[in-house]
Amino acid sequence: MNIGAVNEGVLPEQIATTPNQKPTPSQLLTALQREQPEWISEVVEAFGEVTALVPRAHIVEVCAYLKAEAGFDFLADLCGVDRGPEEEPRFEVNYHLFSTTKHYRLRLKVVVAEDDCRVPTATGVWRTANWHERETYDLFGVVFEGHPDLRRILLPDDWQGHALRKDFPLRGYEPYSLK
Amino acid sequence: MSASTVNIPPQFEIVDRPLDTQMTISMGPQHPSTHGVLRLELVLDGEMVVKAVPDIGYLHTGMEKLFEYKKYQQGIVITDRMDYLNPLGNNLAYVMAVEKLLGLEIPERAQTIRVLTCELQRIASHLVWLGTHALDIGAMTVFFYCFREREKILNLIEAASGGRLTPSYFRIGGLMMDLPPGFERRVKQFLEGFPPSVDEFHKLLTGNRIFQKRTQGIGRISAADAIDWGLSGPCLRGSGVALDIRRANPYSSYETYDFEVPSEPDGDTWARYMVRMREMRESHKIVTQALDRLKPGPVKADAPKVVLPDREAMKTHMDALIHHFLIVAEGFDVPAGEVYHPIEASKGELGVYVKSNGGPKPARVHFRGPSFVNLSALPQMSEGAMVADVVAIIGSLDIVLGEIDR
Repeated sequence: MNIGAVNEGVLPEQIATTPNQKPTPSQLLTALQREQPEWISEVVEAFGEVTALVPRAHIVEVCAYLKAEAGFDFLADLCGVDRGPEEEPRFEVNYHLFSTTKHYRLRLKVVVAEDDCRVPTATGVWRTANWHERETYDLFGVVFEGHPDLRRILLPDDWQGHALRKDFPLRGYEPYSLK
Repeated sequence: MSASTVNIPPQFEIVDRPLDTQMTISMGPQHPSTHGVLRLELVLDGEMVVKAVPDIGYLHTGMEKLFEYKKYQQGIVITDRMDYLNPLGNNLAYVMAVEKLLGLEIPERAQTIRVLTCELQRIASHLVWLGTHALDIGAMTVFFYCFREREKILNLIEAASGGRLTPSYFRIGGLMMDLPPGFERRVKQFLEGFPPSVDEFHKLLTGNRIFQKRTQGIGRISAADAIDWGLSGPCLRGSGVALDIRRANPYSSYETYDFEVPSEPDGDTWARYMVRMREMRESHKIVTQALDRLKPGPVKADAPKVVLPDREAMKTHMDALIHHFLIVAEGFDVPAGEVYHPIEASKGELGVYVKSNGGPKPARVHFRGPSFVNLSALPQMSEGAMVADVVAIIGSLDIVLGEIDR
């Protein structure tokens, strides 16, 4: 056993091409937008981060394309946002993508209305989406269609309502067990 | 009284089954080696795990909801309570996300102190992992050695921030206060004594044949699977992917430090063990470098509307007093927008998503806890293993339930 020896794994830097050859995420998205105009409705760059607004119908196609063709092989995070009951559309689902080889980050955003809050699942693209989608379903009530195991994850199975919605109160006034 | 007259609840009924059928058992939430309140539903065939279903949420306290009702600076103390073994890492991820929205420049000394204390915290977090992981597998002694060293780090963090487990040392725009006098001498003292302690841990465990048998080849996950499941930190590097966010997307001047990113190709429990053991030495290297470049200077950004003024200034300057009153009473406005800021916490990628609609309170704060994602891959790793191996695999994932349940 050689203790403390430096064992070099596959360094992602070595796989990646030189910086001037790789297109930045915004260039990539603009090219994709030209190619498939209906896939991306808007590209926003703010605070050094790139956000692409994707129509709900195409989110799985966009995810699969970015994973296969652009190297975004790592779904870092998926989270829901409630803009408030008065906003239309009310909910956002954010996909934070990361490329383990090029080290780029990218955000995809899907907006859904309250009376139709369904989004196709991304579990077929990345298996890690499973728990993130369950959490978003649990706390916001966004239904991920085609999800293999869409149950509540943090709150009990018989919980009423979705806790991170803006119209859900911060405090309750009766113990949960007495319901 | 015959057995039929006794009213037995159905879940306690004794079912006469031949031994070769499957059995479902519930492991946790009070099981000591589930590191908190994790419950696993295990479907067993003999001693072999056929299916493992993690059940989480026993520690859910609605922290993400609470953020929406607190001002930005009040949120810092909530972050301490998520991954309570690496609170400074949580502080850093949160304050850096808000600083990104505000566009604040952090002074060099504050950045160096952040790196220094965060790396000390990473060592402390790995020490708890090592002690409890070895304890789960049956090696009691290591636990005492690890906690002896961790105590020294906690004393250092206490000296700097006043808190041992919940320091809340970082503020939006810098630090709570500068390091106390004599801190550098105490860190030097710790740094001198630490490498021999790591050698001691290696002597206790690495050559131990029982430990090797319990970890080598157990809970194997390939690099492709690890990326697909979103594993990060030592769990990903244990599968041969040398990815470290301190290198990939550097923050807080990490790009200027000289350190290795250890990785092991095997993807088993042993590989994850070796990665963390080597990471402790790398953190030691970073702390040494940070200590060398500590130069006197300000520890708070020059942003009087965001950063609390010094006590002395408040006693002599009218405007400092006004700013102090406004920040405490009303908070500060953060421009509308959304950011996701990832850092390399001790357990992997800790990402903080902050969305602001303007005003002193965030519209949404979301924590991408590394433990949450790493745990979701547990069924993949443990199916086909023995029940006792599940304990070793949970230990090697290094989960903290405070962060998973939030």
